[in-house]
Amino acid sequence: MKWIAAAPLAALLVLLPSFAGDFYINLASQILIAAIFALSLNLLVGYGGMTSLGHASYLGVAAYISALLTSRYGFGHGLAAIISIGGTAAMAAFFGVIALRATGLGFLMITLALSQVLWGLAYRMSGVTNGDNGIAGLTRPMPFGLSLDSAASFYWFALIVTALAFFMMAIFVSSAFGSSLKGVRDQPRRMAALGFNPWMIRWITFIYAGFWGGVSGLLYVYYNKYIHPTSLSTTSSAEALLGVIAGGSGTLGGPVVGAALVLLLKNYASAYIERWNMLLGLVFLFIVLVMPTGIVPGLNKLATALRGGSR
Amino acid sequence: MTRLTSDYALEVVNLKKAFGGLTVTHNISLAIKPGERRLIIGPNGAGKTTLFNQISGDLRPSAGAIRLFGTDVTFFTPYRRAHFGLSRTYQIITLFSGDTLEHNVTLGLLGLRPSRWQMWRPLSHYTDLATEARRTLDTVGLLHLAERPVSDIAYGEKRRVELAMALAQRPRVLLLDEPLAGLSNTERAQVKSLIASIPRETTVIMIEHDMDTALELAETVTLLNYGRVIVDGERDAVIADERTREVYLGA
Repeated sequence: MKWIAAAPLAALLVLLPSFAGDFYINLASQILIAAIFALSLNLLVGYGGMTSLGHASYLGVAAYISALLTSRYGFGHGLAAIISIGGTAAMAAFFGVIALRATGLGFLMITLALSQVLWGLAYRMSGVTNGDNGIAGLTRPMPFGLSLDSAASFYWFALIVTALAFFMMAIFVSSAFGSSLKGVRDQPRRMAALGFNPWMIRWITFIYAGFWGGVSGLLYVYYNKYIHPTSLSTTSSAEALLGVIAGGSGTLGGPVVGAALVLLLKNYASAYIERWNMLLGLVFLFIVLVMPTGIVPGLNKLATALRGGSR
Repeated sequence: MTRLTSDYALEVVNLKKAFGGLTVTHNISLAIKPGERRLIIGPNGAGKTTLFNQISGDLRPSAGAIRLFGTDVTFFTPYRRAHFGLSRTYQIITLFSGDTLEHNVTLGLLGLRPSRWQMWRPLSHYTDLATEARRTLDTVGLLHLAERPVSDIAYGEKRRVELAMALAQRPRVLLLDEPLAGLSNTERAQVKSLIASIPRETTVIMIEHDMDTALELAETVTLLNYGRVIVDGERDAVIADERTREVYLGA
């Protein structure tokens, strides 16, 4: 049933460039990138109970590595992508060892601190990162010789990667390992008594989330052809976290909806209101008050209630 | 890891646990044979649960040693002890309340299997796990509730799910922390016969206050008071002992 309902949505997504203008296609591409990023953060926040305020580190570092390798050191996109994803995952492995010494607020503070260090480095190490000017003049890859320079071709590329990411993360959370992860979130002590290694489960998830964060970072830098230290800032981490929570953490659809909402608000509201951040804040306040568990669980609940009422 | 053969399933040697200046277990020593049914009794605050928490690895003792089948596990993490054949239930119900009964028991099964690391295959595809989980639920008489979330079922049923999770692991040593707490008379009888039916391959160590039921299940009894072993031995001898009356059973 669920899959039948998803078919028209899938068709709509695939055919979007045939009826939408470039502005909307580009907006959709950005939403896809933000969705992968939010989905990867949701592995930590929603399924692992590890609230991170430094997830932009993985997006930003993957983007910077790719930007530097291709623009400064003449690497091809394929090799640069492998190195940047591998490097990001390795960094997640290292950061995970540090951050997972704590849980809850302590974990949040460590992830925040680590991301602030990277953000500071990106700003200050101007010899490498070009500091506040960012790195401009980047190119997009040409997978199988196909150019991704048009809005539509990039969108399809992003859609394929997003579909793969969504599928992989959906399997991840429904797998035996995903069940272990949720168990460790809910009852860590019991899980240890049952034979599970809570620390290892969290650490592997941390690396996996870093990996997909890195994938979204690559798409991000391909899309913008430019990278700036703000991509590493706490604001980008916090925006994604807000999206995950507003959409519904611990669900697969929630982060996607939340990421779309943040981007749409940013793009539309900022055109009309200068202080669009205020509007964003009000919208989130509204969501948290009306649907404390997020939009997707909230709507599900509403649908169930309506169905029950009509019976 | 040196694995010695031992006459005992569980040995606790001079176990001491202090929280700051408060010593909760003083040099507790126990030796429990494979297949034995041991009851641990004592007034509130005697250190019974603290002893269990040290055996299961949730608490690290200040001094002393714990051996499972001759292997020193004092510094093993809780999950390593689980793989060594140790399983436990909790005095305060510790279940996954949003998940179904079947899923709860499945986690118990999964904990000891390498497939718990599997990331690319949905858990629902493991039909052998589901079958096994349902079989275990059947033995505790809860098969009809397998699809219901734990939050939906009654307290007495949750106690039995606690037991099912531990039994699913086919432990060599099973620690039961007040398995009868808060149960009605009917439920007590159910859980009692359930505990009585645990196979002899499993050594059972139980903390329980319901003396009528617990003494029927036990072969040997240890009486703790203020973190010390007061009396230890065959059931009837311990009950007859003057000190047991004084400390625990009352005049």
